[in-house]
Amino acid sequence: MATQHSRAAARIMMAPAVFLLLVWMLVPLTMTLYFSFKKYLPLRGGDLGWTGFDNYVRFVTSSSFWPSVQTTLVIVGGVLFITVILGIMLAVLLNQPMWGQGIVRILVIAPFFVMPTVSALVWKNMFMDPVNGLFAHLWKFFGAEPVQWLSQASLQSIVMIVSWQWLPFATLILLTAIQSLDREQLEAAEMDGAQPVQRFAFITLPHLGRAITIVILIQTIFLLAIFAEIFVTTGGAFGTRTLTYLIFQRVLESQNVGLGSAGGVYAIILANIVAIFLMRIVGKNLDA
Amino acid sequence: MSLKVSTLLSACAVTALTTAATAETITIATVNNGDMIRMQGYTDDFTAKTGHEVEWVTLEENVLRQRVTTDISTKGGAFDIMTIGMYETPIWGANGWLVPLDNLSEAYDAADILPAMAGGLSHDGTLYAAPFYGESSMIMYRTDLMEAAGMEMPDAPTWEFIREAAAAMTDRDNEINGICLRGKAGWGEGGAFITAMSNSFGARWFDEDWKPQFDTQPWKDTLEFYVGMMNESGPPGYATNGFNENLSLFQQGKCGMWIDATVAASFVTNPDDSTVADKVGFALAPDNGLGKRSNWLWAWALAIPAGTQKADAALQFIEWATSKDYIELVAAKEGWANVPPGARTSLYENPEYQKVPFAKTTLDSILSADPGSPTVDPVPYVGIQFAAIPEFAGIATEVSQEFSAVYAGQQSIDEALEKAQALTADAMEAAGY
Amino acid sequence: MARAVTTNRKIINTTAAWAIGLLIFFPILWTILTSFKTEAQAIADPPIFLGFDWTLENYGVVMERSNYMRFLTNSIIIAGGSTILGIIIAVPAAWSMAFVPSKRTKDILLWMLSTKMLPAVGVLYPIYLLFIKMGLLDTRFGLTIVLMLINLPIIVWMLYTYFKEIPGEILEAARMDGASLREEVLYVLTPMAIPGIASTLLLNVILAWNEAFWTLNLTASKAAPLTAFIASYSSPEGLFFAKLSAASTMAIAPILILGWFSQKQLVSGLTFGAVK
Repeated sequence: MATQHSRAAARIMMAPAVFLLLVWMLVPLTMTLYFSFKKYLPLRGGDLGWTGFDNYVRFVTSSSFWPSVQTTLVIVGGVLFITVILGIMLAVLLNQPMWGQGIVRILVIAPFFVMPTVSALVWKNMFMDPVNGLFAHLWKFFGAEPVQWLSQASLQSIVMIVSWQWLPFATLILLTAIQSLDREQLEAAEMDGAQPVQRFAFITLPHLGRAITIVILIQTIFLLAIFAEIFVTTGGAFGTRTLTYLIFQRVLESQNVGLGSAGGVYAIILANIVAIFLMRIVGKNLDA
Repeated sequence: MSLKVSTLLSACAVTALTTAATAETITIATVNNGDMIRMQGYTDDFTAKTGHEVEWVTLEENVLRQRVTTDISTKGGAFDIMTIGMYETPIWGANGWLVPLDNLSEAYDAADILPAMAGGLSHDGTLYAAPFYGESSMIMYRTDLMEAAGMEMPDAPTWEFIREAAAAMTDRDNEINGICLRGKAGWGEGGAFITAMSNSFGARWFDEDWKPQFDTQPWKDTLEFYVGMMNESGPPGYATNGFNENLSLFQQGKCGMWIDATVAASFVTNPDDSTVADKVGFALAPDNGLGKRSNWLWAWALAIPAGTQKADAALQFIEWATSKDYIELVAAKEGWANVPPGARTSLYENPEYQKVPFAKTTLDSILSADPGSPTVDPVPYVGIQFAAIPEFAGIATEVSQEFSAVYAGQQSIDEALEKAQALTADAMEAAGY
Repeated sequence: MARAVTTNRKIINTTAAWAIGLLIFFPILWTILTSFKTEAQAIADPPIFLGFDWTLENYGVVMERSNYMRFLTNSIIIAGGSTILGIIIAVPAAWSMAFVPSKRTKDILLWMLSTKMLPAVGVLYPIYLLFIKMGLLDTRFGLTIVLMLINLPIIVWMLYTYFKEIPGEILEAARMDGASLREEVLYVLTPMAIPGIASTLLLNVILAWNEAFWTLNLTASKAAPLTAFIASYSSPEGLFFAKLSAASTMAIAPILILGWFSQKQLVSGLTFGAVK
């Protein structure tokens, strides 16, 4: 149905969005690339000339580099794992008949509306504070030594906070997918004597494949960039320094824009590796 | 125009003149500490006197630093006044980024600013920021617990005494920790404390050739002493405690001693917030017999970024906020204990203020701090709990993160010092030393 | 076999779902409750759940200290503006991708998403310099544009997936009736995609409302939204749980209420093409 005419029109209609995003991508990217080859120290007078690949070498040979990549992957992987598993369980539960379904749904999606700074502040102070936090009170009530969440279980704590924020998103998408599942198919399977577990494994789960892919893809994009949660809770201490955070430290705390820009280029590379990896593994589900 | 020689009237007269010229709106970036919030509450007094309006941008300390540093180094011009500290001022002043405060009015009496503060906020003898309040650090301790332990706090104790007293005061069953100290990562938090402490142990950040010194014995001694004492007598989770966490512990009666900023004295003695308000004593920060005490020096100061169109109005604000009149205004409304401390000599000569229990120890602490010669061995940098070079904030934050990992039991002291040495050397090399 | 759900099973479902729902919601509930306590009650040991003296004191303090209404207005304008602008730009793009697909359509979509992967902190200096040059620093307009660009890929993708689900025959029928391209988009396509557009709108208002890096770093006083408001209530001196809770409640309440009222649209529309 695509005539010559409509193709031309389509191109024109796509142009504004493509053009804007191209600018939004190219301008910062070019500037990042430009700065990454510069010795650029704002507090020492700014541009101090070209340095070739010095920044790239320095960034990658720093003892913080590989741990930060690892931390990034652990946080992204951990949050994805938790949100997808719990999301599926919650979606299945919420799809069952019950009283007050609407209200429960509201309760479950609420964390998604909370800004990351606020959720990090609330978790850090009111729950994870080792003296006045609610968890500390709870632990003491059961006669246990309060856990020092943000120092002794720092990575787990951050994964938990971020999972809390993103669980609603995963649940919502998975829930809509489950609701579109053909009821008759399930009923037929039940008549054939399939157990609930079997029905879930052979009918529901395959049906959710596409939704899971979407959840993983969208969340990965956002999770690679998480910043506020770390800035507020640990400030990158106790092994919670992600690649994004390391770049922040180089650019803003050390005021070395050149070095940070080189880090930015590495982060783009890492993001793209993750993206390609995702596409290969789950991309088949994405045939639009 | 009558020219009566009264500070207040002449200030009004000068401002009345400029009011007639233009009433401006100035934007001020500041930190969300109690004294600054109080200052915001009195903005109307400034507007009434000068006609200028004020837009406040109040941010948490880390966010503020990030914000103002970006803006000043790009000449963004988003703010007409920035609240900065003793670390930033000399560096920015040297870069020509700040308006020199060399034409302060007579009534303002710039000579009254405590010399230690003026020195730390100057570059090459020119003042670039006016101190709103200044602080050193000192020991705050519970007189009742000290007595119960059968000990007596000297005016100028040693670290050995502190460790002993801390152990004697500790009563873990009743949630009383002998000593609370900062362990939180960040150059202005735990980093500031351990650096000031290390000075009294004979350690230093760099030798005279800017070579990092974390591979020397004094640093190891410092950390071993700190960790040893905190494990014996410190609160659980001290690796994440900063100023604020320790403040609330102390106010709740959970600390025997606390070595921290002198400004905390007014919070721990305020009966509205503190359960131990009437049981607090003060002493100088400890030493180790090497000739340097472990107290620091800091000021939160107001500076005008070069290039602002509203430098005149901004200067008027600075003169108002850091004046003797402002101190009297706060004293009249909220009592002498709540005035911004540590900035002016005249405050400590005021007989009313001398009645405040912590006034004398605060002044003595400030006077005993010497940013020009902070360490036992000579160093090429200025600053006690920091080194006033642009790279320091970044390096010290990472170093303090390594130290905090030690406090949390995640690595050994040797490992941390080795990493600190490597990352400092690397960053200094990147900066071109 | 009639599948009448037994009451027993319904009770179990209900209990489990409510328990989990309350557990997930609890941090927000606790924040709201704490905002009505005094500072001393906020850290009381054992914690007080409901039996405290309810006070509005904290809200009073926050209102006095900050110009909440201005932060709120800025948030509404920036989040709303960037979303509407984004939708205006994204609808034509999504339309052409959905109905005139080419070999490169999928690549373009993925490329669009990949523009979100450039870490914001790395480009703060370049963007800041650019903003100064263009006089956009601390303006709502500048922030609206940035947030629109940040969320544009998501908007395009969401709309694309909704448009995909609209059967092509309807469009062809319209075309047979002599509808122009513009009319086709405006009168046939858009009405059918309203539910999709509604949930796209909602999701992007939420994302823009909660964006905390650019909104904080590109503003000073005039354009600062609620993310900057909250940055003045973390870790001050002394006890602050109650005041922090009040400020937090004020920062999230508008979006929480919007989210709750539009929950149905969000739930039914948020698919990203997950449902075929």
